[in-house]
Amino acid sequence: MPTVTAPPTSPYQSAYDSLASQSAQQPAWLRDLRRNAMQRFAHLGFPTARRGNEPWKYTSVAPIAQAALAHDAAAGAATLAHLKRLAPWRDAWPRLVFVDGRYNARLSSCDSLPRGVRLHTLAHALATDPAALEPHLGHIASWTDDAFVALNTAFLADGAVLIIPPGAVLEEPVHILHVVTDGAGAIAAHPRTLVLAGDRSRAAIIETFVSASGAAYFTNAVTEIVAAPSAQIAHAKLMLEGAASYHVGGTCVRQAQDSAFTSASISSGAALARNNLAILLASPGASCNLSGLSLTAGSQHLDNTLSVDHAAPHTTSRQIYKGILDGQSRAVFVGRVLVRQGATKADAVQRSKNLLLSRGAEIDAKPSLEILTDDVRCSHGATAGELDQSALFYLMSRGLPRDAARSLLVQAFASEIIQSLAIAPLRTWLDRRLALPLAASHAEVPA
Amino acid sequence: MTTADRLAQKEYGYGFVSPVEADTLPKGLSEDTIRLISQKKGEPEFMLEWRLKAYRHWLTLEGQSPAWANVSHDPIDFQDIIYYSAPKGKTDGPKNLQEVDPEILRAFEKLGIPLEEQKRLSGIAVDAVFDSVSVATTYKDTLDKLGIIFCSFSEAVKNHPDLIKKYLGSVVPYTDNFYAALNAAVFSDGSFAYIPKGVRCPVELMTYFRINQADTGQFERTLIVADESAYVSYLEGCTAPSRKRNQLHAAVVELVALDNAEIKYSTLQNWFPGDAEGKGGVYNFVTKRGKALGRKSKISWTQVETGSAITWKYPSVILQGDDSVGEFYSVALVNNRQQADTGTKMIHLGKNTRSTIISKGISAGRGQNTYRGLVRILPGAEHARNYTQCDSLLLGSACSASTVPYIEVRNPTAQVEHEASTSKVSDDQLFYCMQRGISEEDARFMIINGFCREIFKELPWEFAVEASQLLKVSLEGAVG
Amino acid sequence: MSPSPLLQVAGLRASIAGKEILKGVDLTVHTGEVHAIMGPNGSGKSTLANVIAGHPAYAVTGGSVRYRGKDLLAMTPDLRAREGLFLAFQYPVEVPGVRNSQFLRSALNAGRLHRGLPELELKEFNKLLKEKMALVEMNPSFTTRSVNEGFSGGEKKRNEILQMALLEPTLALLDETDSGLDIDALRTVSAGVNALRRADNAIVIVTHYQRLLDYIVPDFVHVLVDGRLVRSGGRELALELEREGYERIRQAVESAQPAKS
Repeated sequence: MPTVTAPPTSPYQSAYDSLASQSAQQPAWLRDLRRNAMQRFAHLGFPTARRGNEPWKYTSVAPIAQAALAHDAAAGAATLAHLKRLAPWRDAWPRLVFVDGRYNARLSSCDSLPRGVRLHTLAHALATDPAALEPHLGHIASWTDDAFVALNTAFLADGAVLIIPPGAVLEEPVHILHVVTDGAGAIAAHPRTLVLAGDRSRAAIIETFVSASGAAYFTNAVTEIVAAPSAQIAHAKLMLEGAASYHVGGTCVRQAQDSAFTSASISSGAALARNNLAILLASPGASCNLSGLSLTAGSQHLDNTLSVDHAAPHTTSRQIYKGILDGQSRAVFVGRVLVRQGATKADAVQRSKNLLLSRGAEIDAKPSLEILTDDVRCSHGATAGELDQSALFYLMSRGLPRDAARSLLVQAFASEIIQSLAIAPLRTWLDRRLALPLAASHAEVPA
Repeated sequence: MTTADRLAQKEYGYGFVSPVEADTLPKGLSEDTIRLISQKKGEPEFMLEWRLKAYRHWLTLEGQSPAWANVSHDPIDFQDIIYYSAPKGKTDGPKNLQEVDPEILRAFEKLGIPLEEQKRLSGIAVDAVFDSVSVATTYKDTLDKLGIIFCSFSEAVKNHPDLIKKYLGSVVPYTDNFYAALNAAVFSDGSFAYIPKGVRCPVELMTYFRINQADTGQFERTLIVADESAYVSYLEGCTAPSRKRNQLHAAVVELVALDNAEIKYSTLQNWFPGDAEGKGGVYNFVTKRGKALGRKSKISWTQVETGSAITWKYPSVILQGDDSVGEFYSVALVNNRQQADTGTKMIHLGKNTRSTIISKGISAGRGQNTYRGLVRILPGAEHARNYTQCDSLLLGSACSASTVPYIEVRNPTAQVEHEASTSKVSDDQLFYCMQRGISEEDARFMIINGFCREIFKELPWEFAVEASQLLKVSLEGAVG
Repeated sequence: MSPSPLLQVAGLRASIAGKEILKGVDLTVHTGEVHAIMGPNGSGKSTLANVIAGHPAYAVTGGSVRYRGKDLLAMTPDLRAREGLFLAFQYPVEVPGVRNSQFLRSALNAGRLHRGLPELELKEFNKLLKEKMALVEMNPSFTTRSVNEGFSGGEKKRNEILQMALLEPTLALLDETDSGLDIDALRTVSAGVNALRRADNAIVIVTHYQRLLDYIVPDFVHVLVDGRLVRSGGRELALELEREGYERIRQAVESAQPAKS
């Protein structure tokens, strides 16, 4: 991977050094992992968006590389009322809350968990039962070729751990909530989530990144999920970061036999964001269903990069990602489906649909299929364009004003994703909360 | 007999070598090589200057041959290639067929392209390029009467320098990419066609490229200009002897269509693909681009790619004129250890521009087939439209098919749609055909041919028949 | 004395994906006869037709099938077809890009070559095709369309009968040919089939409902339940089934058999 030269990495090095000196109590394997990851990051540097660097072809992270960020700021104050205003909420949801990158025990609640299910902070889990984490932490999300994962791994200190024993069923979704307070300033946070779902277990996890802050802070999150045979995991990521912030998030999932993973990724925040989602369908019968909705406006830049690796026969994947672009914003969809040799009867569908609502907006889509064996069913499709003019005309011919007709159609476009969310309470919250753009009309309906 | 045995016996029917005496430069590339090429061709000063500029630019790119394509090969030693080889005889090309070495006439006849007046293909004017130079052009009288210029590039440089100065490099500048720079520096010949205003070219124009000499790189350059309201259909065919060592073919094709003009460009690419183990074969690294410059102009590429060890080409259209149209129809087949990374770029600049991409990839043996295509809608391209359909057919479990579209849209009034699918010949289709009495092998070919039908129907009839034959020969042993 | 049968199925057992569907079927068909095989959904009717035609998805696990005195099961599906065996598919398969006319001509000529006849020239073929298309009232545009691609259900079934008319099989198996047909199409298709009835060929109709048998009157009716032919009779058996449903027969069969433990 091409690199930018040293200066931007050195502040991270000094932040790492000061953190390393405070974490002497961490297990030796973790310190080694972190040291190796830091070295790897120093080697890789931040990726550059230049010709030939395919993974970053459409997204420049120069603003992140150049940002002056604080790694050791104290957490600001947040209240329950504050959280309820910002994020989807049910009192019954077990939750871990992180404020300005620091765990907040007062706002968190792990009362209503079924027996045997463990939901802890990473720091706590590392202190009490590191052996349970060692085989997984840093092994699902590859830090060797991704600078941001390397950086997160180097700064691995806290986050969330959810361990679900075989057969356990969680009736309520687990909410992992990252909030940045208005006064936090330009902080950097590297939260990590690890989910270990046992055989036949069933659970839903919501990860919310939210802020009303106007600061150029940076969230660099990594989530690792291991789904054991026949586990059924629903995951939702709500990326509602502050308007000037940077967000890079990697979600990496390893799926065993007959496991089912559902993911919904809803993004409307941040000035510059990249969501990576990588699924490894490691054993026969594993299936995943990935959906996404992104809303961008102003000068936002949002990149959804997905990869599904069909490494075993009889594996199934579905991807449907939609983008609604307003203002001068730019959205990127890169989806990769890899069907390895021997992964016969793999079945993959990949769709990217994009709605451009204004002049100056840009969508770049690169949905790709790499098929290395013959007995498969794979297809993909991508569309980009404006609202369906005949539908618009139809609604207006029934008396709806143009703006109402447009917003109805935009809602309809978004609702396919929202209504398919596995976690039902999120549907109503998003319906109410997502401010769908009602762009100025740039294309006239034929008279 | 195992499939591997049958594959090994697959015959490349064009693998013969002709005993033709050649005037060949020593291997290697330097400014002197370029001066020598230019001198041998008796070129005017402006051409030599252009070549040298291209060469100096190429030197700055050294080591930057394209790395993003999904192909792999050993590094190419550009000093180990012969950059100029011409059949001995008159350096500026024969004036008529009597001057052409009979061995060359025989070679083209064997390829099914007779050049003699009485035998020539009806309705097709042929410019035959043997190694580096054009050896004959048929149908000259008919074309002359209409003011159509169809000649070797070298002749055009001498006889029509103004047209060359105006259009050479106007679509593919030598700075475009590594191989385009190399071609600009060393290209030895190629075809030039100019269709004047309002003229509909009554015959198909055809260039037949033949590499004969060993260790020779072929760097031809084609330039076609269709003036206002002109129409031309242009065909290109290629073959090379079976040789153990790889040969480099790095051509450049530039098309320019002015207002209301239409250029239809069809290729049957059947360069030697190498043997079953992947030894030998042509590296086909080609830059083809058309500029739909005028209002309502149209450029249409149709290609059937069955040959070459490695193919790297993206016939593209810059849709500059308002209401202009770009089309790309492609069948790319890989068998044994062939690799192809091919597709197109449709760059929409003008208003109401429309493009269509239909790509059919067939992978067999251990072949690697990649469709790579770019559709870019720039902010000024109001109401631009693109429709892309990419289908891959896999024959066997050791081959691969990748589909990598790049879609970049910067105008909200555009509509871009891409669809792709991957399939194999289904057992149900096969059973259905066999239940009607058709043998398994015939049924497979029938289904594979059907898969390509949308593309074949874009070809002139004779070419379509040949394309279907090519497909059959190329797949022999890989099906059934 | 009775001539040697055209088709003789004896103790035929077959399975798909490890699941046994046919559990010992016996059936004898002579030339000049029309047989109907009826049975509830899932009884194995289509399986029987597909196994006789040689569909690769089914594995024959026992029994034998002799056709014109030869071992049918030893033949590849295309050889069976060239030997005059025809299956009208329940779900005709789409073959994109392959023109109907091209497909039909290849099939016809494959059969002719097999019988030692010369291939039909394009002109003769077109004449013959036109004639046969009139028989099933098919629109001439069908010839240039791809095989079954984008055809309606009724068009697909007509296309099957057109192929039958053209190939003139010795033994035709019609698999649920009436499903998805409206009454007019049913009449046309039946008329087409009836026109092809001859003393030197035979037809086996596989159907769930007896309505097709109002139009193509069978000589024999067999009832297939759970992979076995449980009753045979004449035309009247079909009417009885129509009146009383399959449930009664199933019960009668089950009560006649020793109860499984």
